[in-house]
Amino acid sequence: MNKELEPMMEIKDLHVSVEGNEILKGIELTIKAGEVHAIMGPNGSGKSTLANVVAGRPGYEITSGTICYKGESILEFEPDMRARKGIFLAFQYPVELPGVRTWQFLKASLDSVRSQRGLEELSIRDFDKLLEKKRLEVEMPSDLVKRSVNEGFSGGEKKRNEILQLSLLNPDLALLDETDSGLDIDALRIVSEGVNKYRGSDKSVMLVTHYQRILDYIAPDYVHVLLNGKIVKSGNSELARELEKKGYEWVREHSIVGNDDANS
Amino acid sequence: MTQIVNVAQTIDHYKSDFQKQESISVWLQDLRSNAMETFEVVGLPVKRRGNEKWKYTNISAIAQTNFEPAQKIDVELEAIKNVAPWDDAWTNLVFVNGFYNSELSSSLDEAPYIYPLSGFVSSNYQNSDIYDPIGKYIDYSDDGFAALNTAFLKDAMVVNIPENFCVKSPINVIFYNTGITGSVNHPRFLMVANKDSKVSLIESFVGEGDDVSLTNSVSEIVGREGAEIDHYRIMGQSNHAFDVGYERVMLSDNSSFRSTSFCKSAKIGRYDLNVCINGTDASCELNGLYTTNGTSHIDNYINIDHVAPNGRSDLLYKGILDGKSKAVFGGTVMVRKSAQKTESTQSDKNLVLSSHAEVNSKPSLYIYADDVQCAHGATAGNIDSDTLFYMMSRGLDIQAASKLLIYGFAEEIISKVDIRSLRNYLESEILSSLPDHRFEF
Repeated sequence: MNKELEPMMEIKDLHVSVEGNEILKGIELTIKAGEVHAIMGPNGSGKSTLANVVAGRPGYEITSGTICYKGESILEFEPDMRARKGIFLAFQYPVELPGVRTWQFLKASLDSVRSQRGLEELSIRDFDKLLEKKRLEVEMPSDLVKRSVNEGFSGGEKKRNEILQLSLLNPDLALLDETDSGLDIDALRIVSEGVNKYRGSDKSVMLVTHYQRILDYIAPDYVHVLLNGKIVKSGNSELARELEKKGYEWVREHSIVGNDDANS
Repeated sequence: MTQIVNVAQTIDHYKSDFQKQESISVWLQDLRSNAMETFEVVGLPVKRRGNEKWKYTNISAIAQTNFEPAQKIDVELEAIKNVAPWDDAWTNLVFVNGFYNSELSSSLDEAPYIYPLSGFVSSNYQNSDIYDPIGKYIDYSDDGFAALNTAFLKDAMVVNIPENFCVKSPINVIFYNTGITGSVNHPRFLMVANKDSKVSLIESFVGEGDDVSLTNSVSEIVGREGAEIDHYRIMGQSNHAFDVGYERVMLSDNSSFRSTSFCKSAKIGRYDLNVCINGTDASCELNGLYTTNGTSHIDNYINIDHVAPNGRSDLLYKGILDGKSKAVFGGTVMVRKSAQKTESTQSDKNLVLSSHAEVNSKPSLYIYADDVQCAHGATAGNIDSDTLFYMMSRGLDIQAASKLLIYGFAEEIISKVDIRSLRNYLESEILSSLPDHRFEF
């Protein structure tokens, strides 16, 4: 099958509940190779849930719908299999792993992802070289890769570590979950440069954000507004700017989907 | 199931063995006799009710067995190296079943401050400051095991580091137990680190065999003014052995004691450590790692007694429990009224991998001084699913993620080991003893 014609990810009628509460209420979204999609929405709209469900986070119940990645349903795959197949989630709150050294963790991750692609483990020497290059790209202090993963890292360092991992593992679909939250302007620039460097005709990005700010650095091809578990408006980067000016209230009033349960 | 122990019978058994011991010097005979008299009164700690020291550890299996003194036996060096940490560059001192073996040990020509006691007791060596401190730093009046050790004292390693002397290579004392069925050995160790001396010491209690045996050790360590002691202790018995260790540390002004203890296995393993901060500006750092599996039971009873002001103590013990094993952490940080400006932290953390494993962690803190900074706490838990999800989202399968996390938990203690070949030994020992566990996800 021609890879060009097949979407990177296709989500159809996705309904997701957490402990009996429906969070996503019928998501339709298609992302093709080479595209960057921004998912915007206020707190509680379900945008982080969407990113996490695609990556396979436990605790969500998918009540109906499908998620296909490169033409294959991934709902039955454990998170590690999704990762090895090329899906990457940059966490909103990266987890600290006491005692697990960053170097060791990244090496094990890369070896695992490479083995899925039929590639051999990198030698320590080659890995060191690669890691050093990626580290410099995100301007991460050299001692951080020797320390425990994310332990004692500042908020910005944690997010840069996520982008370092994105760059190192080189997935095909990157899900960025509020990667911009809590970043100062320098960190935002570094993180955005990392994402822009990653972009390519065979790569896709789903960028979840509350604010328009990061879209000044990472120009999206499409912008979707998520409200109360549904995509209520889609457009280009102009939509993001309009949102910034007029706020989410404006979409609520002018959404293309009826407000059937928005006020319930 | 409560096993009934006939306390009188246990005492009679050891008394009879005690009387069979040959008398080798008046000095030693007095020491032994006093200890035996005490043992006849206190016996072994089979009663647990109201006994904080032994509340969670049932030693009736030890008290029920009529252990006989282990006999001298020849072993190959390879057997020792298989289970004990070893580096040819260290000063290795090997005891087999309680008997010092000079052939397996390093030459002591260059280290005249190290004396196996057996070389002196028979030669009527009088007025010696070598063995005089033996027994001065312990109090067996309420401890049947320590009393029993002293009653059967026949050999010991005595180290007396001269003033201002820095011992270059680590001293590695190995008490190797061949594991003869129903045998008991009573390792004994004394080290005095004199003024401004510096030393690294490894105490290894290791053994082999599938039979039931008992190792009942007593160690005394003294840090005089300004002494710096780096201490490592390894309990690496077979899963069938009982190991009861009793260690007392006395610290003078400006001295420091930095200790890292590893309890790998034992049917019942007990480490009772008490550090007395007896001089001003003295400090101790006590780290420990215990890994239990099967039906093993490991009990760490770690006490710190702040007597003098400006002291500092930091305690961090960690446990990894699997199977139907049990672990106990107990002990008190005592800050006496005289110990103003004391700073102390005390923490015990456990990773409980099996729902059948059990930990009783009860660190306690008594403060009688008013100007101190102290913190203590205990945790027991498993790995949360957020952590596992994070690792799996990077492509690691659940087994690989679990292994990294369990090892990571242990790493915090292993990384405290400054001696490279000891750290290598521990890494491979700990890695091989870590359960092949898969966290629930």
